[in-house]
Amino acid sequence: MAAPVMDKKVAVPAAPTKLTMGKAINMGLRAAMERDPKVLVMGEDVGKMGGVYRITDGLQKDFGEHRVLDTPLSESGIVGTAVGLAVRGFRPVCEIQFEGFIFPAFDQISSQVAKLHYRTQGMLKLPLVIRVPFGGGVGAVEHHSESPEAYFAHMPGIKVVSCANPVDAYWMIQQAIDSDDPVIFFEPKRRYHEKAEIDTDATPYPLFKSRVVRPGTTATLASYGPLVKTCLDAATAAAEDGQDLEVIDLRTLSPLDLDPVFESVRRTGHLVVASEAPGEVSIASEIADRVQRECFYSLEAPVLKVTGFDTPYPPSKVEEEYLPDLDRVLDAVDRSLAW
Amino acid sequence: MSSPEQWTHPEPGGGPAATAAKPTPEQVIAGLRATNEGGAELVELLTPEGERVANPEFDKYVDDIGAEQLRGLYRDMVLVRRADREGNALQRQGQLGIWVPLLGQEAAQIGAGRALKPQDMAFPSYREHGVAWCRGIKPEQILATFRGTQHSEWDPVQHRFHPYTIVIGNQVVNAAGYAMGQRFDGKVGNEPDAEATMVFFGDGATSQGDVHEGFVWAAVYDAPVVFYCQNNQWAISEPTERQSRLPLYQRARGYGFPGIRVDGNDVLACLAVSRWALEECRTGNGPVLIEAFTYRMDAHTTSDDPTRYRLSDELEAWKLKDPIERVRVHLVRSGMAEPEFFDEVQVEADQLASELRAYCFNMPDPPAERIFSKVYAGGNPVLDQQRDEYLDYLAGFEGGAH
Ligand SMILES: Cc1ncc(C[n+]2csc(CCOP(=O)(O)OP(=O)(O)O)c2C)c(N)n1
Repeated sequence: MAAPVMDKKVAVPAAPTKLTMGKAINMGLRAAMERDPKVLVMGEDVGKMGGVYRITDGLQKDFGEHRVLDTPLSESGIVGTAVGLAVRGFRPVCEIQFEGFIFPAFDQISSQVAKLHYRTQGMLKLPLVIRVPFGGGVGAVEHHSESPEAYFAHMPGIKVVSCANPVDAYWMIQQAIDSDDPVIFFEPKRRYHEKAEIDTDATPYPLFKSRVVRPGTTATLASYGPLVKTCLDAATAAAEDGQDLEVIDLRTLSPLDLDPVFESVRRTGHLVVASEAPGEVSIASEIADRVQRECFYSLEAPVLKVTGFDTPYPPSKVEEEYLPDLDRVLDAVDRSLAW
Repeated sequence: MSSPEQWTHPEPGGGPAATAAKPTPEQVIAGLRATNEGGAELVELLTPEGERVANPEFDKYVDDIGAEQLRGLYRDMVLVRRADREGNALQRQGQLGIWVPLLGQEAAQIGAGRALKPQDMAFPSYREHGVAWCRGIKPEQILATFRGTQHSEWDPVQHRFHPYTIVIGNQVVNAAGYAMGQRFDGKVGNEPDAEATMVFFGDGATSQGDVHEGFVWAAVYDAPVVFYCQNNQWAISEPTERQSRLPLYQRARGYGFPGIRVDGNDVLACLAVSRWALEECRTGNGPVLIEAFTYRMDAHTTSDDPTRYRLSDELEAWKLKDPIERVRVHLVRSGMAEPEFFDEVQVEADQLASELRAYCFNMPDPPAERIFSKVYAGGNPVLDQQRDEYLDYLAGFEGGAH
C-alpha cells in the first residue's frame, strides 16, 4: 500500500519545534486544513473550547465555523453526517471526545463507514477520519480510559492506526486525512504531554507501516499507542541487566504490518506483545497467531501477551494494577527467555 | 388528566425564531434566547425576589407545604450545596479525580427528588447529587465514583436510584424500559402503591439518539416515566441553541405526550410540577417531559474552564435567580423562619462538610482483587485463573513493591 503523498508545503511555526503530542496533532490538522479547503473538523466542543484536550485549539478561530463544527451532542450524528459530507466531497475529521463514547456511533461506523466502498464497489469513497483519545492512566471516571481498538480492527473496510510519539502524531494525522479510506485514529491520551522535536521538512514514514523504534537482539517487544513508551522504558531498564531488547511500534493496527515483527522474531526468537486492551480476542492475540504461523521454527518460547485484564476497566484507584507497566513487561521478557 | 392547554403549545412557526423570513444564525440564536427567557409558559410559584405567586393550576400540588416543609426544602438545598462545594474543594486538593458540580441546580433537583414517593424509581445522569440526597444516599456514597474507588457505591434496588450514568442519554432508554415493567406489573392506577419512574438528563442529552428512542418507546407503551431535563443552558461549551431550534419542552408534542417548562430555580414550582407529572404517570396517562429551566453556575466539571466559552454577564444575571436565596427571603419575609433557624442549618451544613472531608481522607484504596470482582454473576473460570496468576505475580514482589 503506497503511502499518501503530501505535495504542498505548509506553514509551520518558527523554531523551536519541540512540541507535545497534543500540539503536534493540532499542527497536523492545521496543515491539512490549509492544504485542502474540503477538510473539516467536527465534534463536541472542538470549536470555541478547542476540544476537552485542546487538540483543536484555535482552529475555529482561524478557519471559521463551517470548517470547524461544534456539533450537537450526538456521536451517531457526528459520524453519520460525516458519511454524508464525505460522499459530498468533503474530508471530515471527526473527534469522539473519549473512546468510551464511540459506541453511539458504532452503528454508523460498522454499517456505513466500513461498508459503503464495498457495497458500491468503489463508486463511493469515504475519506473520513475519526480521532479517538483512548487508553487509561489519567485517573478518570468510567468510560474515559478504555482501549476499544479491537472492535474496529475486527471490522473489514476501515483502517485503524495509533500514534505513539509527537513526530508520528504530526505526520500520521495528515496521512490519515489524505487517505481515501476511512481511518480510525487512536490517540494515547496519557501521552498528549510528551514532547519531541519535529522536523516538518522531513519525509514522513509511511502511515500503514510498523517501525522498529529501538533495535535489539535479546528479545522483541511489540506494542502501540501508550505502551510504546512503557516498552522503551522497559528496554532501557533491561539494558542495565545486559539484555538488549528490540522495540517495535506497530503504528497500524488494521492492516497490521507484521513484517518487521517477523524479521525481528527470526533474530531474537522471543516476542512479548504489550497492549492496554483486554487480551482475549485482541490485537495481541492476532499477532500471536500470525507470528506462530510465520516464525514457528524461530520461536524459542510462545508469544507472550502483556495486556489489560479481561474485565471492564476498573475504578481508577486500581488502574495502576490494571495497566501493564514496566515490571509486567520485564517479567514477561524474563519468562520468555527462561522458557 | 390535566387540562390539554398544558401541552398544546403554539406552533413553532409562531415563535420568535421563525418570524423573520430568512433569519441569520445570530437572529435564530437571539430568538431562542428570548424564548428561553421563559415567558408565559414557565411555571413559577416563588419569584426570584421571594414572592409567592398564585398559580391556579399548580398551587394544589403544594398545598401541604407549610412553614415546616418549606424550611425542610431550604435545608435540603443548603446541605446539598455545601456538600457539593466540599466536593469541589476535595478535587482541588487532589482527593478526587474529578467533581461534577450541581451549583445552581439545587431547586431543580430537590423539587423533583422530594416529589418522588418511596416506591418510585429514579434514573440519574452524573450530576444528580441533590436527587440522590432525596433518595437517602449520603454524600459520602457519591465520593467513591469521583475518587475512583468504586464505579457505583449505593444499592440501586434499596434506594430505588439507579447508578450514575456517564454515557450521555443511555439511562433514558433504560428508564423507559423500567417504566414499561411497572406497567406490565400492574403497578399503574389509583392504588396507593402505584409507581412511576423519573429519569434525569441535560439539555445536551436531548440530541442523542437514545433520548429520542426513549421518548418513542415510553410514548407507544404509555410507560409511566417522567423525562426530567435539567436545561442548565450548556453542554460543556455548547449552548442549548446548538442542540435545538425549539424550546426543549415543546418537543414532547411531537411524541404525543405533554411537555412543560418549569422555573428550575424555584423549588416549589419544581416540586409542584414534578408531583403533577408523576401523578399523571402513576395513574396511567403515560409519559411527561419536564424542562427545568435552570443554570449551571459552576464549571461543567472541575476539568472544565467556562471562561473559554461563556460571558461573565450571563453568570451574574443568573446569580440573581439563585434558588436558595429566594426561599430564604421568602421564609424571612413571611415570618416562617427565625434567624436561629438559618444559623442552625449553617452549622449542620458545616458539620456535614467536615464529615464528608474526613470520610474522603480515610477512604482506603481498593485492593488489586477489585479489578476481577463481580465481572460475571455466574463466574468465569478463565478470569479466575487470570486473577490467581496476577495475585501470585504480585506476591512475588519482595517488600511490597506493589
Ligand atoms: C455519549 C457521550 N458523549 C460525550 C460525553 C462527554 N460529555 C460529558 S458531559 C457532556 C455534556 C453534557 O451536557 P448536558 O447533556 O447538557 O448535561 P449537563 O452536564 O450540562 O448537565 C459531554 C459532551 C459523554 N459523557 N457521553
